[in-house]
Amino acid sequence: MTAPPFLPGPKAALAMLGAAAVVAFADLYLSTYAVTLLSLVMLNVALAVSLQLTNGLTGLFSLGHPAFMTVGGYVAAILTYPVRRKGFMMPDLPDWLATAQWDLLPATLVGAAVAALLALVVGIAVLRLKGHYLAVATLGLIVIVRVVINNLDGYTRGGLGLSGVPRLTGPWEVLVFTLLTVGLVWRIKHASLGRAMMAMRENELAARCMGIDAFALKLLAFVLGAFLAGAAGALTVHLVSVITPGAYGIPLAFSLVVMVVVGGSGSITGAVLAAIAISLLSEFARPLEEGLELYGLSQVLVALGLILVLRLRPTGLFGSREPAGLGRPRFSGGTS
Amino acid sequence: MSAYYLQQLLNGLMLGSLYALIAIGFSMIYGIVRLINFAHGDLLMVGAFTTLGLASTGLLPWWAIALLVLVTGALSGITIERVAIRPMRGAPQVTGFIATLAVSVVIENGGLILLSGQPRTFLFPEIMRSRVTIGPASVAAVDLVIIGSTLLLCVLLLLFVRGTRMGRAMRALADNLLAARLMGIDVDRTIMAAFAIGSAFAAFAGLLWGGRFGQIDPLIGFAPGLKAFVACVIGGVGSIGGAVLGGYLLGLAEVMFVGMLPPIYSGYRDAFVFATLILVLLLMPNGLLGRPEEDRA
Repeated sequence: MTAPPFLPGPKAALAMLGAAAVVAFADLYLSTYAVTLLSLVMLNVALAVSLQLTNGLTGLFSLGHPAFMTVGGYVAAILTYPVRRKGFMMPDLPDWLATAQWDLLPATLVGAAVAALLALVVGIAVLRLKGHYLAVATLGLIVIVRVVINNLDGYTRGGLGLSGVPRLTGPWEVLVFTLLTVGLVWRIKHASLGRAMMAMRENELAARCMGIDAFALKLLAFVLGAFLAGAAGALTVHLVSVITPGAYGIPLAFSLVVMVVVGGSGSITGAVLAAIAISLLSEFARPLEEGLELYGLSQVLVALGLILVLRLRPTGLFGSREPAGLGRPRFSGGTS
Repeated sequence: MSAYYLQQLLNGLMLGSLYALIAIGFSMIYGIVRLINFAHGDLLMVGAFTTLGLASTGLLPWWAIALLVLVTGALSGITIERVAIRPMRGAPQVTGFIATLAVSVVIENGGLILLSGQPRTFLFPEIMRSRVTIGPASVAAVDLVIIGSTLLLCVLLLLFVRGTRMGRAMRALADNLLAARLMGIDVDRTIMAAFAIGSAFAAFAGLLWGGRFGQIDPLIGFAPGLKAFVACVIGGVGSIGGAVLGGYLLGLAEVMFVGMLPPIYSGYRDAFVFATLILVLLLMPNGLLGRPEEDRA
């Protein structure tokens, strides 16, 4: 094939239209609760797919998504916060920030860019080393971000969190973001870039011998994943209107990793389906937990399920593949 | 030396001992199976609650409790290895991390369900809380017990690793697992022993941690576990001596950070520890005593 397929394949187009139809239906007929739930599920899809880029395709093991979401969320919230309440909530802001009240789109982009910058700094330090250091460094990053935000209370209100963030995000904004994220990762996966990433995941030494710049590629995957996570954090904050320093923490990092692994490392379809299933499951498990007063039960079940999946089907539901017919029929996408 | 600095030094040694005890297990396990065991810190919680449970019966003397805590830790470590790590051997490294992360989630949330999130008071016998004067400073007896028992366990471990067949097998495995297997070493048993010893140490650290800080809850293991990993990295992952050294350095640095700087910075304590990690990885990726890992085809 010559021309790069910018358009999705027939089934993927159908899936996108279906998603849009679901959003339209929910927006018109369903309660605010259902619309918010739908939006959060879509955001989880975007998060899982962006982590798929970092962890699944490139084979890194980052747990840093919640840290990047927190950073993106706080930065964007400070930018969009109503000016008349800023003096009271965030007394230490410099003048140019205290008088600024931005729109959602520029605030999200700046929030995402700051998250990406943070990832760049951490990535340069850590990505030269073997993968497992990244896991602990990013786990540490979650702690660092939380501690710093807790202590910068003149900017962030510390542990109280920011409430009353304007509700600028609706389901349509989330849908567009999610589709863009999935589309971007899909394009990367099926381009030479993605194949280089997967080659590196399978055997770094061999990939480097073939002329792949492993460090640059890892850095790209890590920073891009952080950018998307930062944007998702910014959108989430403007959806639920609150953010606290510990809102996105290690449990979230764990669930996102579970989505990637259960879906199949490297499979975008897998991540999408796993994200939908696991987010809905934990939402519906919540009344059960409250009824039985066994808080944390769903986490235990998810973790046990994960261990089972790893033992019985170590490659997840889809492995690295995508079901046939989703893309153009020129490259099947497997690594085997 | 003024009393204040001596006091801080002792505090640092105390904290460093606890980090060292946890870090040893991390390092032993990493050295052999090349795996970061995220559930390792949670064994501290297991140890602390085992101690609390045994002590509240009032039937056993403290030396017996300490012994039982070591045994419980060892059994927990063996269980973790059997359930989540042995079946994944040969799978990509990432699979192993995720499995131990899942184990950690199970232990922490299981603890929350069974023991509730309410912190519990944890009291050592009266004599442990008495003050001992050393020169110009005075410390709680428990601090000296912590430092002393850590050093004792380190010496015992050193003798074990240097002097016994099993210890030699461990070192061989850490050097080259494949070659060790070809020499007839029982790989499964040796890995199990490493898990047992490392986990017993972590559980014992839990006993001491509870005794020193007086309050325990099901999530206490998480932060010390991560910090012990930082200690491991400072000392050089995979080296037992490095883990001990890193533990003490980190403990001293953390206490100095809090004790010597103006109090407004003390809120940044945990951030400081992890910033140190990133700095160390940047400047000396192999740590103080670690060996560089070469790429093998």
